[in-house]
Amino acid sequence: MTAPLAVSVNRDRLPEAGPAAPFTFPPIAKSTLENGMRVWTVRHTQVPLVSFMLLVRRGSAADPRGKEGLAAMTADMLDEGSLGRSSIEMHEALARIGAQFDTDIGPDATLASVTALSRVADRALGLVADIVARPSLTEADFARVRQLRLHRLTQLRDNPAAVADRIFMRLLYGSHPYAHTPTGNEAALQAMTIDDVRAFHANEIRPSAATLVAVGDCEHDAIVRLAREAFDGWRGASAEAEGEDTALPAPARLTVVPRRGAPQSELRIGHVAVARSTPDYHALVAGNMVLGGQFVSRMNLNLREHRGFTYGARTAFDFRRLAGPFALQVSVQTSATAEAIKEAIGEIDGARGSRPITSDELALGVAALTRGYARNFETAEQIARSVMQLALYDLPDDYFAEFVPRIEAVTPADAARVLAAHVHPERLATLIVGDLDVVGPGLLELGFGEPVVLPADTF
Amino acid sequence: MKLTFTKHTLANGLDVLLHEDHACPIVAVNVWYHVGSKNETPGRTGFAHLFEHLMFEGSQHHDRGYFQPLQGAGATLNGSTNADRTNYWEVVPSNALELALWMESDRMGFLLPALTQKKFANQRDVVLNERRQNYENRPYGLAGMAMLASLFPPAHPYHWATIGEIADLHAARLDDVHAFFRRYYHPANASISLAGDIDPEQALALVAAYFEPIDAGDGVARVAVDAALRGETRILLEDRVELPRLYISWLTPAMFAEGDADLDLAADLLANGKTSRLYRRLVFDERIATDVSASQNSREVGGFMQITATAAPGHALPELERAILEELAKVAAGGPTGDEIERGRVQAESQFVFRLQTVGGFGGKSDQLNAYNVFLGDPGYFDRDLERYYAVTADSLRAAVARWLNPSTRVTLSVVPRQRLDLAIPDSTRAAVS
Repeated sequence: MTAPLAVSVNRDRLPEAGPAAPFTFPPIAKSTLENGMRVWTVRHTQVPLVSFMLLVRRGSAADPRGKEGLAAMTADMLDEGSLGRSSIEMHEALARIGAQFDTDIGPDATLASVTALSRVADRALGLVADIVARPSLTEADFARVRQLRLHRLTQLRDNPAAVADRIFMRLLYGSHPYAHTPTGNEAALQAMTIDDVRAFHANEIRPSAATLVAVGDCEHDAIVRLAREAFDGWRGASAEAEGEDTALPAPARLTVVPRRGAPQSELRIGHVAVARSTPDYHALVAGNMVLGGQFVSRMNLNLREHRGFTYGARTAFDFRRLAGPFALQVSVQTSATAEAIKEAIGEIDGARGSRPITSDELALGVAALTRGYARNFETAEQIARSVMQLALYDLPDDYFAEFVPRIEAVTPADAARVLAAHVHPERLATLIVGDLDVVGPGLLELGFGEPVVLPADTF
Repeated sequence: MKLTFTKHTLANGLDVLLHEDHACPIVAVNVWYHVGSKNETPGRTGFAHLFEHLMFEGSQHHDRGYFQPLQGAGATLNGSTNADRTNYWEVVPSNALELALWMESDRMGFLLPALTQKKFANQRDVVLNERRQNYENRPYGLAGMAMLASLFPPAHPYHWATIGEIADLHAARLDDVHAFFRRYYHPANASISLAGDIDPEQALALVAAYFEPIDAGDGVARVAVDAALRGETRILLEDRVELPRLYISWLTPAMFAEGDADLDLAADLLANGKTSRLYRRLVFDERIATDVSASQNSREVGGFMQITATAAPGHALPELERAILEELAKVAAGGPTGDEIERGRVQAESQFVFRLQTVGGFGGKSDQLNAYNVFLGDPGYFDRDLERYYAVTADSLRAAVARWLNPSTRVTLSVVPRQRLDLAIPDSTRAAVS
């Protein structure tokens, strides 16, 4: 080793960061197959892996009324066998090539993803195609899978976070397509048939709504060729989805789901806010960093680091194709429930007006979002997930290149304006899943009147 | 397959591991202290983890929150404590490497002057809330600590869970914090690894400049203990759950010891994924369970294998137990099929490639280098670790299952809905957990 470089350590002040290393998002190569499916690829050769994500822009919001849970049930049925192979044989085939397979469902999309060694990319993609385009969808598999989902719903009744998430969406959205979580409800699952699943697959899971994203040690043309073969025979257009926003309810200010003896209260505080397409997206993301979007946010510093009420508190805008919720998620010790709600609403109120976001606070939030931006694109899976966002929300190819400058351009006045426009303290609905006997008396001083009390299995 | 690195040891005993990877302009800084809940004593449990929280509350030359300057530089950061070790990491843009080293070295060398009673009391409240959120208020959340308490005798350091007992957390004092820091948090008991966009020579110079002035501290003797189960123990917990769940555990070899890799693969072929034997039988064919899983939990001074299954409505745990023990007996007698062994090999290869994808965070390359260095003194163990899985044969796996997963030396835990003791394994004793 040569002589050590001179480093002078000065503990009187923190070292300044040097100039940032340049980072550019890799280019996306795009093709469209004859059946309408889009094939987007990004080359990423650090590790001999390839990550495929097949996105279909139909999720639980496409569930017909009375059939809540159908999209998730369909997603669950996809890997239950194909072309004469049973469910277990499909999974043996995946295991034999060491592939990691997963399906995921959200309100706006269904996703099938697989990551595998590059040398078995063709076989991995063939299996994804069999799973998504040619599932067997048999009656017997349906009966078994539905039963498992019903058991899962039963178990969720004891999980306070899951209870809070399900009931909160219903309170906020009423009869809107976002009113139910993808799991649906027991009544709808009981009434569902395999024909519902077949119809959903035939009408919604179609190439016109699908984008295949491939990231890894692979050539675009080769992936297109493989995709053309693998998805051969998959045709048809999805039914036109995405109706207008249904009228939203005006939820009660305060709702309690009793959970006797609970050591903590699971809280949700929020309202329906704004869609992903909003021009205020970047300013809202930056503003939320200060309010509740990071460890050093006002919300977490107050509820965790100052008062010790919780293990962690965060606020988020859940940006979706239609207006998604803005919400605080936190679990607080039972004895501090009313005080935590008061403090939380105070922080929301403060950030949008009475204690405006300062330029120092905003600078920290902006730096946290921008300076480490490159680390979001380290693995094939991360890149694939990012590219998928473009397909899901109709974002331009230069979205990633533009992200940093657009976030950096946000001013404290912008943050104040968008928070005032999209966050409305007088509309905030508060949900508590907790011990009503203990927390009840303290709630009156919040000024919301008597809480509405709902049982855990309300929806 | 290789995970390349260089290793250097500073004059004060601090191991420095460097891995160069310029794919992304980021650097992972990862510090391991060889201390976990197994270094605690009965009556003082939960301390190693509580201490980890205090490492984020500021040090002498930066007596404010640890997160702010690092997040302002674009870092992501976290820490974790388990039975065997405590780790701290940040992933920073490569231009902020020196900041991360400044921060890590300040809390390694100068934590105590900044540690006040107020910070201590606040973080104890936070930890008590972490315990409520992740254990007390979560379905089946107390099962893990009940199992550990029965598997390992009271004096064994794996007898208690890392989160600790409530009473012990309340009993902790600021003095304990000082003593704990002096005993365990110093260069001779630590290892730092840097992975990513670095110039190794410059990185080493920076690490030496920031860390070498810190006093070495006293070495820490390795914890050495043994545990054995002499028979079968049956315990039960009533919980706020809808469906009863069965846990069966055995004491098994430690991390990297002979039989560990065999049991890892045995767990997969028994109960992980839709191709596994127990999933097929319990969930797919007989439908007496809603889920099943298994893991070989290998730790530094011992391990335990655990099989978990949740009963479907209308089924009781003895029915699940019978089916599980039958399938286990089949593996112990006949071993795995050739196809099962082949799948295990390919999956191991894939898993090891997956582990090379990221430089930082939990399980990233910097974390793996520290794990091999701290537990084995050999950061270059990555490829030999994979070899352990390639070396598993049908016969070695069968023998490991027959030897270690003996039905007459195990702990069986039933977690049942309140007032539904009829669903539990008969003759179970109520477990005492808070």
